[in-house]
Amino acid sequence: MSTTDVGNFRSLAAERQSAAEREALAASAATEGPAWSNMKAPDARSQQSAAVAVTNGRRALKVFLSNPNALFGTGFLVFVILVALTAPILYPDDPLSMVGRPFLWPGQSPAYPLGTDSLGRDVLAGILHGSRISLFVGLMATALGLTFGVLVGSTAGYFGGWIDDLLVRLIEIFQTLPSFVLLVVLVAIAQPSATTVTLAIAVISWPTVARLTRAEFRAIREKDFVVAARSLGYGHARIIFREILPNALPPIIVTSSVMVATAILMESALSFMGLGDPNVVSWGSMIGTGRELVRTAWYLTALPGLAIVFTVLALNLIGDGLNDALNPRFSQDR
Amino acid sequence: MAPLLQVDNLTIRFPRAEPVRDLSFEISQGETLAIVGESGSGKSLTALALMQLLPRAARIANGSISFGGRDLTKLGAREMRHLRGREIAMIFQEPMTSLNPVMTIGRQIAEVLQVHEKLSSRAARERAIELLRLVRIPAPEKRVDDYPHQLSGGMRQRVMIAIAVACKPKLLIADEPTTALDVTIQAQVLDLLDTLRRELQMAVVLITHDLGVVAQWADKVVVMYAGRKVEQALPDDLFNDPLHPYTRGLLAASPRLKHDFHYRDGALTEIPGSIVSAVGETGCPFRPRCNQARASCSHHVPQLTVPAEDRLVACPFTTSIKAVPHAAALSL
Repeated sequence: MSTTDVGNFRSLAAERQSAAEREALAASAATEGPAWSNMKAPDARSQQSAAVAVTNGRRALKVFLSNPNALFGTGFLVFVILVALTAPILYPDDPLSMVGRPFLWPGQSPAYPLGTDSLGRDVLAGILHGSRISLFVGLMATALGLTFGVLVGSTAGYFGGWIDDLLVRLIEIFQTLPSFVLLVVLVAIAQPSATTVTLAIAVISWPTVARLTRAEFRAIREKDFVVAARSLGYGHARIIFREILPNALPPIIVTSSVMVATAILMESALSFMGLGDPNVVSWGSMIGTGRELVRTAWYLTALPGLAIVFTVLALNLIGDGLNDALNPRFSQDR
Repeated sequence: MAPLLQVDNLTIRFPRAEPVRDLSFEISQGETLAIVGESGSGKSLTALALMQLLPRAARIANGSISFGGRDLTKLGAREMRHLRGREIAMIFQEPMTSLNPVMTIGRQIAEVLQVHEKLSSRAARERAIELLRLVRIPAPEKRVDDYPHQLSGGMRQRVMIAIAVACKPKLLIADEPTTALDVTIQAQVLDLLDTLRRELQMAVVLITHDLGVVAQWADKVVVMYAGRKVEQALPDDLFNDPLHPYTRGLLAASPRLKHDFHYRDGALTEIPGSIVSAVGETGCPFRPRCNQARASCSHHVPQLTVPAEDRLVACPFTTSIKAVPHAAALSL
């Protein structure tokens, strides 16, 4: 068709339109139903909101509870916590006191189911009491590191500018030092005790949280609902803690479970090196004292070692489970 | 009566650009002012400037924003925070992302009341339910505990409106409030805004690119192009007799429902080029796209003139199309 017959084209269009109208009329008369057959089709918006719903708490719990690994981890951790709580009742005496003949192998004497060590101390009592210090250090160090890390990270990420520069430099100072060497130095300077070990572990673990929190805050800060919150005249503290932080929590929660595991490992490593609290028994110190006898009495290192392995494994499994549950991108039933 | 909001020669400057230049307008209590223009014309930045929430890199290089006798550009952060949400409120374009996803809508409405009116949490919750009823959300007692993802887009925009009007602001800025909504919902939401404007005696700044919205809900229209006001008129005048070539182009580019427009009738007219061509242009920013451009257009930026009562236009070569035959006007 050439471009000259525009008038013709217009009249054609008009004719076609009226024909289409007649057709539409006939069609609607025939079916009596809605002419739009796609009215029930899901649109992009409803699909999107379904995807968002995955982050919903109840849904996340369901995903977490349907994960056998996470359930095993949670179960084992609950068991360890119960053991830690009941240890003083089951073994009220000092686990560091000598109670029997040295080098009793596990099963050799019914009074000491897991045997005794080179000084005749009860290994089972040691492991049960050791869970207390491991959990205490793990949880407290994580709580402290988390609090400080979240505060620093959220301040840096939210405000940006020179505050961000300053705090990032601070984080980088800690990250450029080899963390375990720093830990050893810190504990060696202070007197080794459960408190100083906890503080030292917190000092070396907060930068990870701070970096993560900062990254989350930088992303969420630009979201529409944060601008909306600012447009309502909310103060900085309210926006940080009520608007942004709850939305930044999922990755922080996941990281914190792994942090507990890392803190337990670090405490064990310190105790193994003899830098733990000398007045309390810990899994790491038990391995440390059993180290020289590993060829003759290997159970002295293996048993507390297994306790560490399973506790750390449980925490890592919980972390994986939380990650699947709280991070919709990787959950299988998206 | 003195206008509630008076913007004078507002210029917003980024390090490398001035997306809003010499913008002036005023709005009185209970009035709806529509700001129209295509994407990139500086509408949303103007809205953010009114809230003093401009992006970090941007700053107000010149001009004043007088609200109730106070110059907002000179207020401190604390005083401005005090005004936001209480006297000036804003509704955003995207209802899907403008609500905090991890807080129930009831708590989000209650929060603004607790912050600004110091209500107890129980009283704030009661008010939240009232407000949900006011914005016509069915079964507000149940909906108040819903999370945003449980609501549709239209409902969420109603919640946003409820939050915005919770403290009975004097000025409501609606930045494309219906762009993300279905056409059927758009009219409901705009009707709701209009009702609330009348009941609460609010002034409304309605930012939109939809001329249909302007025709139906605005008292006064400002047409923006490349950060400048190119025309200001009452809606009737604007639609019957657009003066600026850009306004004419916009009108020609919109389907006219009274003509039973159908896509098979042929393509809509379009304005050639894009707004990007205004960057670095000396003279009239619309010149590269204007079908009436003359050599003199490149010499200086056209001043706003007053061709008739209640009208402003920034084009020296404009002629009223009432003078030309109707058919010619349609084929602009």
